[in-house]
Amino acid sequence: MAAVAGTAASVPLLRAANADADGAPPAGTPAKWEAGAANPALPPRSGGLLYLTATEAETLGAIADRLIPADELSIGGKEAGCVAFIDRQLDGTFGQGVSDYRRGPYYQGTPEQGPQNKLTPAQRYRAGLAALAGYCQREFGKGFAQLDAATQDKLLTSMEANQLALGEVDSKPLFELILQNVREGFLADPVYGGNKDMASWKMLGFPGARYDFRDYMDRKGEKFNFIPVSLVDSAS
Amino acid sequence: MANIRPKADAVIVGLGWCGSLMAEELTRAGLNVVALERGPWRDAATDFPPAVDADELRWDARRSMILPPAIEALTFRNTSSERALPAREWNTFDFGYNVGGAGTHWAGMAWRFTPFDFQPATHVKARYGQQQLADGLIVQDWGVTYADLEPYYDRFEKIAGISGKAGNLRGEKIDGGNPFEGERAEEFPLPALKSTRLTDIFDAGARKLGLHPFMVPAAQTSGAYTNPLGVKMGPCTYCGYCLYYGCGNWSKGSPNACVIPVLKMRSNFTLLAESTVLRANLAEDGKTATGVTYVDKDGQQWEQPADIVVFSAFQAQNVRLLLLSKIGQPYDHRTGQGVVGRAYCYQTVSGTSIFFDDEQLNQYMGAGALSSQVDDWNGDNFDHTGLGFIGGAGILVVSRGSRPIGNTDFLPAGTPRWGSEWKKAYKHAFQNGTVVFGQGTSYSHKDSYLDLDPTYKDMHGQPLLRMTFDFNENDKRSAAFIEQKAIEISHAMAGVKHVVPTNSADRKWSPYDLASDHTIGGAVMGMDPKTSVLNRYQQVWDVPNVFVCGASSFPNNAGYNPTGTIGALTLWTARAIIDRYLKNPGPLVQA
Repeated sequence: MAAVAGTAASVPLLRAANADADGAPPAGTPAKWEAGAANPALPPRSGGLLYLTATEAETLGAIADRLIPADELSIGGKEAGCVAFIDRQLDGTFGQGVSDYRRGPYYQGTPEQGPQNKLTPAQRYRAGLAALAGYCQREFGKGFAQLDAATQDKLLTSMEANQLALGEVDSKPLFELILQNVREGFLADPVYGGNKDMASWKMLGFPGARYDFRDYMDRKGEKFNFIPVSLVDSAS
Repeated sequence: MANIRPKADAVIVGLGWCGSLMAEELTRAGLNVVALERGPWRDAATDFPPAVDADELRWDARRSMILPPAIEALTFRNTSSERALPAREWNTFDFGYNVGGAGTHWAGMAWRFTPFDFQPATHVKARYGQQQLADGLIVQDWGVTYADLEPYYDRFEKIAGISGKAGNLRGEKIDGGNPFEGERAEEFPLPALKSTRLTDIFDAGARKLGLHPFMVPAAQTSGAYTNPLGVKMGPCTYCGYCLYYGCGNWSKGSPNACVIPVLKMRSNFTLLAESTVLRANLAEDGKTATGVTYVDKDGQQWEQPADIVVFSAFQAQNVRLLLLSKIGQPYDHRTGQGVVGRAYCYQTVSGTSIFFDDEQLNQYMGAGALSSQVDDWNGDNFDHTGLGFIGGAGILVVSRGSRPIGNTDFLPAGTPRWGSEWKKAYKHAFQNGTVVFGQGTSYSHKDSYLDLDPTYKDMHGQPLLRMTFDFNENDKRSAAFIEQKAIEISHAMAGVKHVVPTNSADRKWSPYDLASDHTIGGAVMGMDPKTSVLNRYQQVWDVPNVFVCGASSFPNNAGYNPTGTIGALTLWTARAIIDRYLKNPGPLVQA
């Protein structure tokens, strides 16, 4: 169920959009309106990994803990659930790149013309994490997750500068993709599997899924201590 | 052709603000109207009630209500010497893909343009002479004036429920309003929204510099309201989930909240959602449209015959539909001939990022258009003698809500983007970081234009729209000027510790620069068919039973958001159709 890509009606349209021009019409469009069916606030499926392998998940957990370390401000990215979040995203419409224009021909353009990725986000993770694993094996004889924090930070810094030699994979775009998704896992509503106990919102002082501040607007500059609320509460 | 629907008096392509307002006017005048909307039905109760609306990942990060590039992308290049490539991923453009269009997800800044903005050629020549203009710049009058549109601005504001304070009421300047606005006959239908800590600090700083701050007119209701169509709206709760979100309170002015509830009740109105118009069809002589061809959600092709065709599909899609329908002469950049696709422009953004030291801005409270602005450096409100450019910008601060995911890189220059230092800096910036935003005029240029891409196609096999655009010399100069003014204002704001200048025009433009989503022109209105596609009633010169409503009509962009002007122009065109065209179908203006 693609809660993150709009209504059930639009997902089949998105899937069909990148098929052949004379391909089959979109299937699966609901025939009639059902109360609550179009927009459930769904918690993520619990249980094991849906897309990532155990090794990929371990690597991502280690990366998440460097991008968002545990410190006095909050728990780290791994404990916050960033890996579970990313795994669910990669298994769904985000990972499949359903919103992207994916027709050829493909050319590398100017920086202004932006990404021209033939691979979906899910495919980019698979290829990127494999390239990173291969690099670490060759250089250090172990996986990324087994390296010490200082070495991990050096590798991430190098990726961010587009200077890590990962073969076919450009390291900066891979870094930016992972950074974006780790941040989302940390900061999105917990209904998506991350931001455990609203740790990031408590760190920031963000009230979460609240909808009415009329009584507070005139109290300008006041430090409020709103207990953050999640959509999980609305769904139950 | 197997599938032909019964003929309509008018077919409307795209049911956003333009389509809804046009449909309301035409159905009330008794016409049988069919509207075709590519996107699905959306309403507050089903799609964005408070229980699901407050979700930044879904609506903002994943843009769940925005047209995905998979459905229709455009191709882009900076200059004609490059090969255009598709903008394949989410970028700065936010096209609608739903009943309600972009009017469902917009921020709600509801402006009137000033008298200067409609007659820039006349004004500039009178005040500065010809030598002010940079090479290749396109500056031309619209054919319609602010005075023509004033009653229609008034009606749009009342339908949409705009909150604000007049600055020029029947010639009298009013404190607290915008002293530079065009004269208006009536006050706003609702008082201005509440101010915030940020707008208070901005106002004090601006006044110290002798500038004139005012609350930006907002399509968020400052109280309960019933609009002229009899539709009730709720009061805005300052929830901070506005731009990119539908409103769960019926307090953001939108087609869904303000117009469609009435349209639904009219038996002479038909809406076909999830129906994609491929093109309008023309009669043998090429001078009359016979209707449109569309594809329904099952992939079946249909014809919708009609006496009147209205393109109200948003700026880019209007231009593309004209080109695909072979209406009007396409602009040829090499020869300079033709008009469809010519005069494309944007919004010129510059300003600052600012960081306070120990503030409590509480930016999670707010509304999409809750802003304070100064217009002292906008349009032609100041003397441009010797400056080497025309235009300027409104300079404003916005209390629009927080974006925990969206603002993760909003940090002082040099701050690490990950690690414990990032966490500390981001926590601080959450209460202390914001923007002084210069939203500037944009003039078009002979080298910036739209046409059909020779290579890339959509799912129906039709060419994508190709955009050739970069900032011109005039707009680069105005952006640099405004950047300096924003720096001055920033330093005048009490408690500001870091000021980081920003200028989107100091580098090549990219659709991945998220400075503004205002996309303007390409099927402009005017007085001369050699330099315009439409006459002053937004009627196509070459095919008089086709009308095109949207920002595609603007030959230039003002230093304001475009929606108010789009709404006013639509109502103006509707009135011309009802009062004059229907009585005597044909060109409303002799070329």
